[in-house]
Amino acid sequence: MSAFRMILSRLAFSIFTTLCGAFFALPMLWLLLAPFNARGTLAVEIPRPFTLENFERVFANTFAMRALLNSLILAGGTMITVTLVATLAAYALSRAEVPYYDLLTYGLILFSSVVTGTAAMVPIFLLANALGLVDTYLGVIMVFTGGLLPTAIFILRDFVEGLPRSYEESAMVSGASPWQMVRDVVMPLLRPGMMVVGIWTFVQVWGAFLVPFVLLRTPERMPAAIAIYSFYTEAGTPILTLTSAYALLYAIPVLALYLFVNARYGFRFFGGIKR
Amino acid sequence: MARIRLEELRKTFGPVVAVDDLTLSIEDGEFFALLGPSGCGKTTTLRLVAGLERPTHGRIFIGEREVTDLPPQARDVAMVFQDYALYPHMTVMENIGYPLRVRRYPRAEIERRVREVAEVLQIADLLDRRPGQLSGGQQQRAAVARALVYQPQAFLFDEPLSNLDAKLRLEARSFLKHLQKSLGITTIYVTHDQAEAMALADRIGVMDRGRLLQVGTPLEIYRRPRNTFVATFIGSPPMNLIRCRFHSAEAVLALEDGQAIALGERGEALRRAFRDGEPLWLGVRPEHLSLAEGPGPTHLSARVYAVEPLGVETLVTVQINNERIALRLSMDEPPVLREQVWVRVPMERALFFRENGELAL
Ligand SMILES: Nc1ncnc2c1ncn2[C@@H]1O[C@H](COP(=O)(O)OP(=O)(O)OP(=O)(O)O)[C@@H](O)[C@H]1O
Ligand SMILES: [Mg+2]
Repeated sequence: MSAFRMILSRLAFSIFTTLCGAFFALPMLWLLLAPFNARGTLAVEIPRPFTLENFERVFANTFAMRALLNSLILAGGTMITVTLVATLAAYALSRAEVPYYDLLTYGLILFSSVVTGTAAMVPIFLLANALGLVDTYLGVIMVFTGGLLPTAIFILRDFVEGLPRSYEESAMVSGASPWQMVRDVVMPLLRPGMMVVGIWTFVQVWGAFLVPFVLLRTPERMPAAIAIYSFYTEAGTPILTLTSAYALLYAIPVLALYLFVNARYGFRFFGGIKR
Repeated sequence: MARIRLEELRKTFGPVVAVDDLTLSIEDGEFFALLGPSGCGKTTTLRLVAGLERPTHGRIFIGEREVTDLPPQARDVAMVFQDYALYPHMTVMENIGYPLRVRRYPRAEIERRVREVAEVLQIADLLDRRPGQLSGGQQQRAAVARALVYQPQAFLFDEPLSNLDAKLRLEARSFLKHLQKSLGITTIYVTHDQAEAMALADRIGVMDRGRLLQVGTPLEIYRRPRNTFVATFIGSPPMNLIRCRFHSAEAVLALEDGQAIALGERGEALRRAFRDGEPLWLGVRPEHLSLAEGPGPTHLSARVYAVEPLGVETLVTVQINNERIALRLSMDEPPVLREQVWVRVPMERALFFRENGELAL
């Protein structure tokens, strides 16, 4: 009797987890299958008939292809700026023991969520306009940097705090200048944190629509998040065959970045720190 | 290679006085041990010399140069941290070579020097590993190698052996002593282990609560501790302190339970140093005490409290009144537990401390 019950509860648990898994897996499956389907559909089904024609048509859309490159420039540029600036700032803020640091960052994080949000778009546009930054990559990168920096600093400071000071002290006594110390000892040890922040920044910018939409004019500078709308009909409904194919292309760089970083550096900390 | 001079050095952290008006001169090529209990300010003193802390007051000289306001980079000292602080992302080779790299030595020269030092320290076959893949003893040698690779003005060691097991520690100790003597580089060695300080140092400075209590050679400090703190900090087991009262007329010391010890030849000196009836501490090292057959003018009656055979000798603790006294005896038939025994106190080797702890005689 109790064995029967146990089997039953095991079965129920398995079914439950399978359903949960399926719930999250289905959209990804659709993203993998739909681009190769000749018929536009929202159902997850084996492509019938199988075709590569969707991709041909997407590749033929030079505006959309150029947009992928633009996204890469914007996301990559912001990633590099935010990661570098946040690392140095987090390091300085942590080691200099700035008073009221916590209050300062929480305040900044609060404000920064406004910067990339809808409410601040008008002043930001006016500001960018006054600085001559409208319709430039630099303008978009700077707005994103401003918006993402506080959170990035916040994340990185935890990594800095976790770093025993004796590494830096040892480097200083060994004769390293402050810059040599940061370059040779601090930055490599913070690399896992920098990777986290870098990828996080990249993903944020990669998927962002509003800021580039407001700040950019020329179609040749638009990123993919905007260009995907070129696969919509006049009436504003997506052409499922093409949007799915483009969405798949759009997803690849993020995946590639993650896999590359994971393979090259790994999201782990170096062993051997004894305290 | 240089003298190190500290003048009225003081360091406070808020209300905490970590180092209190420390004046000290360490000779060129000397191996100097800073010894004291936890929290007495040893590490802070070392960090002041290295430039990692800024003194609240006072001056520091390395060689003829005043370095008080110089950053660590400009002081040309090498420090071995308690946790070694080997950079986990660099190989042992890169770790040891780092001080040369920041000094912009050519790559080939760095490699040659690192190999040379690594040979001496017997870690030449570990150069390609990361610190995380080394044992504690190997890490320690790598950290020492990183200090040795450039010939600094001084070595600063902060309890470098405290992470090692007992056997490795003895080995490393002899090794460090040998190395320091052959290189002749001025060394400050911080430790809370009195045996380590005694074994390694040319001179020892004993610290307590930020103050330097006594500076001297290991034997000086062992034989004539300046106060009861130093007396009980040095030696294992430490010096016995017996509370007595001086009776001038009879020239005896009276214990609290009424037993008396004749002062003999030292009575005259004590008369000059102490008032009649003044309380004092009688200090005797455990190895100077012995057991006697029966009563005598300098014998005390005691009861055996514990017997600990250590191989070469036996550690016997006896109880007189409520005080415990340790004896180091080299005898084949030690007394048995709770037995009544006679302890002979050799007055010619005894020290006399005032009630406040200062050495009087
Ligand atoms: N950065 C600091 N901030 C506040 N107080 C400190 C700081 N560093 C040391 N102290 C205090 O100064 C005193 C001396 O500390 P120090 O580290 O020099 O002791 P130590 O002799 O090295 O002890 P241990 O043997 O435990 O290492 C201690 O009371 C400690 O709490
Ligand atoms: Mg210490």
